[in-house]
Amino acid sequence: MRERVVLDVSFLKSHGSGTASPTWWGTLAFMLIEGTGFALAIVIYLYLMSLAPDWPIDSQVPALTAGTLMTVVLVASLAPNMLVARWAKKQNLPKVRFGLVIMSLLGIVPLIIRGFEFPAMRVSWDRNAYGSIVWLMLGLHTTHILTDLVETLVLTCLMFTRHADNGRRYGDIADNAMYWNFVVATWLPIYVCIYWVPRL
Amino acid sequence: MVDDGPKRDLRDTALDTAELDRHLTSIWRTRHGLWAALSTVDHKIIGRRYIITAFVFLFLGGILSLFMRLQLSQPEARFIGPDRYNQIFSMHGTNMMFLFAVPVMEAMAVYLVPLMVGTRNIAFPRLNAFSYWMFLAGGILLWVAFAIDTGPDVGWFAYVPLAGPQYGTGKRADIWAQMITFTEISALCVAVELVVTIFKQRAPGMSLDRIPLFVWSMLVTSFLVILAMPAIMIASTSLILDRLVGTHFFNPAEGGDVLLWQHLFWFFGHPEVYIIFLPAVGMVSTIVATFTGRPVFGYLAMVMALISTGVLAFGLWVHHMFVAGLPRLGESFFTASSMAIAVPAGVQIFCWLATLWMGRPVFKTPLLFVIGFIITFVVGGMTGVMVASVPFDTQVHDTYFVVAHFHYVLVGGAVFPLLGAIYYWFPKITGRMMSETLGRWVFALIFVGFHLTFFPMHILGLAGMPRRVYTYQPELPWGGLNMMVSLSALVLVSGFLLFVVDVFRSARSGPVAGANPWGAATLEWATTSPPHCYNFRRMPVVDSGEPLWTEDELPAASGLRVDRRELLITTVVAAMPEARESSVPQSIWPLCTAVATTIVLIWSIFTPWAVVWGSIPVAVALTVWFWPKGAPEEET
Amino acid sequence: MHLKHLMLSVILVCTLVWIAVMMVLAYALFRKRRDPAEGKAGADKRATIIVSAAVGATVLIITGLTVASFYTTRLIDADGEVALTIAIKGEQWWWRVTYMLNGKPDFETANEIHIPVGRTVLLQLESADVVHSFWVPSLAGKQDLVPGRTNTLALRAETPGVYRGQCAEFCGLQHSHMAMLVVADDAASFERWLAGQRAESLEPAEPEPTAGQAVFLGKPCAACHRVRGTPSAGTTGPDLTHVGSRDTVGAGVMERTRGSIAAWIADPQTLKPGNNMPMVPLTSDELRAVSAYIESLK
Ligand code: HEA
Ligand code: HEA
Ligand code: HEC
Ligand code: CUA
Ligand SMILES: [Cu+2]
Repeated sequence: MRERVVLDVSFLKSHGSGTASPTWWGTLAFMLIEGTGFALAIVIYLYLMSLAPDWPIDSQVPALTAGTLMTVVLVASLAPNMLVARWAKKQNLPKVRFGLVIMSLLGIVPLIIRGFEFPAMRVSWDRNAYGSIVWLMLGLHTTHILTDLVETLVLTCLMFTRHADNGRRYGDIADNAMYWNFVVATWLPIYVCIYWVPRL
Repeated sequence: MVDDGPKRDLRDTALDTAELDRHLTSIWRTRHGLWAALSTVDHKIIGRRYIITAFVFLFLGGILSLFMRLQLSQPEARFIGPDRYNQIFSMHGTNMMFLFAVPVMEAMAVYLVPLMVGTRNIAFPRLNAFSYWMFLAGGILLWVAFAIDTGPDVGWFAYVPLAGPQYGTGKRADIWAQMITFTEISALCVAVELVVTIFKQRAPGMSLDRIPLFVWSMLVTSFLVILAMPAIMIASTSLILDRLVGTHFFNPAEGGDVLLWQHLFWFFGHPEVYIIFLPAVGMVSTIVATFTGRPVFGYLAMVMALISTGVLAFGLWVHHMFVAGLPRLGESFFTASSMAIAVPAGVQIFCWLATLWMGRPVFKTPLLFVIGFIITFVVGGMTGVMVASVPFDTQVHDTYFVVAHFHYVLVGGAVFPLLGAIYYWFPKITGRMMSETLGRWVFALIFVGFHLTFFPMHILGLAGMPRRVYTYQPELPWGGLNMMVSLSALVLVSGFLLFVVDVFRSARSGPVAGANPWGAATLEWATTSPPHCYNFRRMPVVDSGEPLWTEDELPAASGLRVDRRELLITTVVAAMPEARESSVPQSIWPLCTAVATTIVLIWSIFTPWAVVWGSIPVAVALTVWFWPKGAPEEET
Repeated sequence: MHLKHLMLSVILVCTLVWIAVMMVLAYALFRKRRDPAEGKAGADKRATIIVSAAVGATVLIITGLTVASFYTTRLIDADGEVALTIAIKGEQWWWRVTYMLNGKPDFETANEIHIPVGRTVLLQLESADVVHSFWVPSLAGKQDLVPGRTNTLALRAETPGVYRGQCAEFCGLQHSHMAMLVVADDAASFERWLAGQRAESLEPAEPEPTAGQAVFLGKPCAACHRVRGTPSAGTTGPDLTHVGSRDTVGAGVMERTRGSIAAWIADPQTLKPGNNMPMVPLTSDELRAVSAYIESLK
C-alpha cells in the first residue's frame, strides 16, 4: 500500500523515560510475575498452617532478631534508593555514582543478615513441611536480593565507564531502584508471615 | 563497501521511497549465514521458527497418539507394555499442552501482533530470541529423555505422590518438572513482550477501541500467562525440591499435603486451557470479519467477554478436583462459576453468528475451519457444562468422557481455528497462497476424522471406560468402539498429512499472493507479503478499527531515523505518539544465555549445587547481553 | 433429583441448546441474501436484541442446571442410616478391605466387597501409597483415596447382583488392572457370607492342598500374605484367608479358577506386569499343590 504522510514525529524525543519507556513496563510486568509468586508462597504457608494441628510443626517460633534487623535495614535502604532514583532522573552523574556505591553496599548487608535468618528458623528444610515452606520463602526472597544486587553492581561498574552519561543508563538505574523497592515491599508481608503469624 | 552506509541522524523525511527502502533494509535486515541466523532478533524470523517448531511437536505428539490408539484398538493388546504406554500418554499430554498448544499460540502472536499493531519489531526483541531458544531446549530435553526411556510417566498433571520422591523413582518426574521450567520461562518472556508491545507500540491513533480482536485476545492471554504460570513454577520447583533435597511440601507424614499439589497445578491448569483457547477466539474473530466483509458484530461485547473469561478463569480450578474429597458446599460454588463461563463463551458464539448472519460469507478454507470450529467447540462447551456439575462429574471424571470433552475444546476449539489461521495468514508469511482445493480436502478429512475419532469417546466414558489405561479386558463392552476410534484416527491423520503436503507445495509453488489477497482490514495486510524486514516503510497511523477498509492509501507518520532501528512509542489508552524509540539490533547473547540457563536447569536435576555454580555463567552472559556496545540504538 | 435423571436431563438440555445453535448457524450461512444495501442500521439493532435475548436465555439455563446440580449433590450426601462401615485402602494395585464392627476392624479381605442389598454402606477411603479412586459406576460416583486423608462414600445397591468397579485415578503401572467387585446380597446370604469371612481358614483335608499349605508356609508367600488360622501373617499382599471364595484373581485380572490361580502364582509379572508380587520359583508339583491350597481357601 502507498503511504500518505499525515503525521510528523520528528520532534519527539528519541528515547522515552518513565511510562514512555518499554523497559519500565517490562520491569513492572516482571514484578507482577514475581509478586504473584510471592503471594502464592504466602498462600501455601497459610494453607499448610491451616492443616497442621500445631504450628510451627515440631519446632519453636523463629527467633526475631535477625528478621527484624533485616526489616529495619531493608526499610532504611529505601531512603538512599529513592535518592538514587531522583538523581538518576536529574541525570546527575557524580551523585548517581555515589548512590550506586551505597546501594551496592546496602545490597550486601541483607545477604549477611540472611545468613543468620536461616538458622533463626530453628528448623531445617528437610525436617517437615513447615521447615520446607519457610526455607522456600526465605530462599525465594534471597534470590531476589541477589539478582538485584548483581544488577546494581553491574550498573555501578557501568556508570564508571564511558557508557555512563546516557539517558538510557539513567532509565535503567531508575528501573533498578524501582525493582529494589519491590524487593523491600515483598519482604514486609513475608516478614509478618514468617515471624509474627506463628506467634499469634 | 559501495554503499556509504547510513548517516548519523538521517530521517525518513529526507529520502524518496527507493532510498528509504534501501536504508531501512540495510539497518533492519538479518544477514545470511549461520551466525546471523543464531543471533537474529526479527520477530518474523523468530515467530516463523516458533510456529514451525510447535507444529513439529504437534506431529510428534500426534504420532504418539497413534501408538496409543494402536494399543487400545483391541482388548488386552500387547503392542505396548504399561511402562511405555504410561510414558506415551504422559508425553502426548505434556507435549501437546506445553510444547504445542501454548507455544503455537504465542508463536502466532510473536509473528502477527507487531504487524497488526503497526510497529517494526516486538518489544524486547532479544528476550524474544532467548524465549525461543529456551522453548527449543525444553522440547529437546523432553524428547531426548523419552528416547532414552526416561520420559515422564506420571500424566500431564503429575499428581503426587506418584510423581514424588517415593513412588516416582528415577529421573522421569524431574524431567517433567524441569521441562515445565523451560516452557514457563519462555511463555512468560513472550507474555511480557506482548503486553508491552500492545500497550506501548501501537500505531498512532489505535486507541483501545480500535485494537484488532486478535490483539485483544493476546493481551488477555498474556495477562493470564503472567498470573497463572507462577503457580506452576512454584509447584514444579517444590516438586523438584521434594525429590532432590528432601523437603516435605507434598508429604502428608511430615505436615505436607497431597491436595496442595492439585490446587497449585489446577490454579495454573485451568487458566492454561483458556491461554490456549482465547488466542483461537481472536483468530476466529479475524477470519469471520474478513470472510463476511464486515467488522465482527459487538466489538465491545467481544472484548468484555475476553476479559471476563480471563478473570473467571482463576475461579474454576476446583472443578478438576470434584472427587478429591473437598467440602461439598465449596464444590457447588465451583459448579456455579464453571457454568458462568458459558455466558462469555455464549456471547462470543452469538456475536460470530450475528456477524455471519448479517455479512456475506465467502466459503474459503479459513472460513470452513471456523464453521467446523463452531460446530465442534459448542459440543465441547456443552460437555464442559455437563462436567461442571458435581454429581455428573463424579460419574465421568477421569473417564473417556472427559478425554472427549477436552479434545473437542482443544482440537475443535483451538486447533481448527489455528489451521484456519494458517490458511489465512500463510500468504502473509510466505507470499504464496495455499491450495483452495487441497484446503477443502484437508478440512473435510480433519473434520470428519475428528468427529469419528472423538465422538465415540463420550459413549465409552459413559459406559465406564477410565482414561489412562493401557488396556482393558475383553469382557468389558468397549472393544468395538475403541476399534472404531482407532480406525477413525487414521482418517484424521490423513487430513494432517495432506495439510503438510499442502504447506510444502504451496510454500514452493503456490500462486503469488500480493499484499492483501483476502481484502482484509487489519494492518498486517498493509505491507508486502512477506513483509519487509522492517515491516512498514513508514509507521502507519489509524483512525478506525478497520484501517484498510476505510483508506486507499495508508496514512503514515514520518520523521523517524533510518540510521538506526527506530519505532514509535505511543500512550497506553489513546495511542498518542510519545517518543521515538530504538529497537535493539541482533545479538548472539540471548542464545548464549539460553545455553547457560539450559545447563543450569538440566544439571540441577542432579544436584542442587548446579544452581550455585551454574548461575555464574548465566549472570556473565546476561551482563554481556546488556552491556552497551556503542550501537546507534543505544543513543538517546 | 436422582443422579441418573440429573445426567439425562443435563445431556438433553445441552443437546437441545446445541441443536438450536446449529440451526441458527445453518440459517446464517445459507439464508438467501437480498441486495447488498440491506437496511444496515435496522439490522444491527435487531441483532443486538436477539443476541441479548440469547445471552439472557443462557443465563437462565445455566442457573437451572446449577440449581438442579446443587440439589442432586445434597441428595447424594444425605443418605440415611448407615448399616455397615467398611474401610478401604487403595494399594498399588489392589484393594485392601477391612470390615468394621463398632469402630474396630472385624476382618480383612481384598478386591471383593459384599454389601447387604437395600442398605446404605459407608466406605472409609484411604490410601497406602498414591492417589487412587474408588468407582463402581452402577452404584455411585467415584471418590478419590488420598494419602494422608480419609474420604467417605455412601454406597447402596437396590437390587442384588455383582457390580464391577475399577480404580479411576491414574496410579502407576497397573492402574488398568485395579478392579474390584461389589456383590449385593440379600440379608440372609450376606449374614452367611459375613460369618464365613470372619471364620479362620479351614485346615486342608485332602493331601494335595495339605502339601500346598506346606509349600505356602515354607516359601516366601507367607511373608507377604496372611491366611488366618495358619502362622502366615504377611501384610504386604492381600489377605488370602478366603481367597477361594472370591470371584477374581489379581484385582480383576482373571476369573478365579484353579488354572488362573496357578497361572497367577507361576508368573504374576506376565499377567500383570509391574505388580508387587514377585515370581516365586516353584517346581511344577509345588505349583500344583499351592494352587490347590489357595483354591481350597473358601
Ligand atoms: C481449550 C481448552 C478448554 C476449554 C475452552 C474448556 C472449556 C470448558 N471446560 Fe474444560 N477442560 C480442558 C480444556 C478446556 N475446557 C481440559 C484440557 C481438561 C482436562 C484436563 C485433564 O484432566 O487432563 C478439561 C476438563 C474440564 C473439567 C474437569 C472434568 C474432570 O476432570 O472431571 C471441567 C469441569 O467443570 C471442565 C469444564 C469446562 C467448562 C465449563 C468450559 C467452558 O468454558 C465451556 C463454555 C462454552 C460453551 C458452554 C459453549 C458456547 C456457549 C453457548 C453456545 C451458549 C449457550 C450455552 C448454554 C445455555 C449452556 N473442563
Ligand atoms: C492440544 C492438545 C491435544 C491434541 C491436538 C491432541 C490430539 C490427539 N489426541 Fe490427545 N490428549 C491431550 C491433548 C491433545 N491431544 C491431553 C492433554 C491428554 C491427556 C494426557 C494425560 O492424561 O496426561 C490427551 C490424551 C489423549 C488420549 C487418552 C490417553 C489415555 O488416557 O490413556 C487419547 C486416546 O485416544 C488421545 C488421542 C489423541 C488423538 C488421536 C489426537 C489426534 O487429534 C492427533 C492428530 C494429529 C496427528 C496424528 C499428527 C499427524 C502427523 C503427521 C501429519 C506426521 C507428518 C510428519 C511429518 C511429515 C514430519 N489423547
Ligand atoms: C513380595 C510379596 C509377595 C510374595 C512373596 C507373594 N505375594 Fe502374592 N501377592 C502380593 C501382592 C502385592 C499381591 C496383589 C497384586 C495385585 O493384585 O496387584 C498378591 C496377590 C496374590 C494373589 C491374588 C489375590 C487376590 O485377591 O486376587 C494370590 C492368590 C497370591 N498373591 C498368592 C501368592 C502365593 C501362592 C505366593 C507364593 C508362591 C505369593 N503370593 C507370594 C505379594 C506377594
Ligand atoms: Cu489405583 Cu488407579
Ligand atoms: Cu478447567
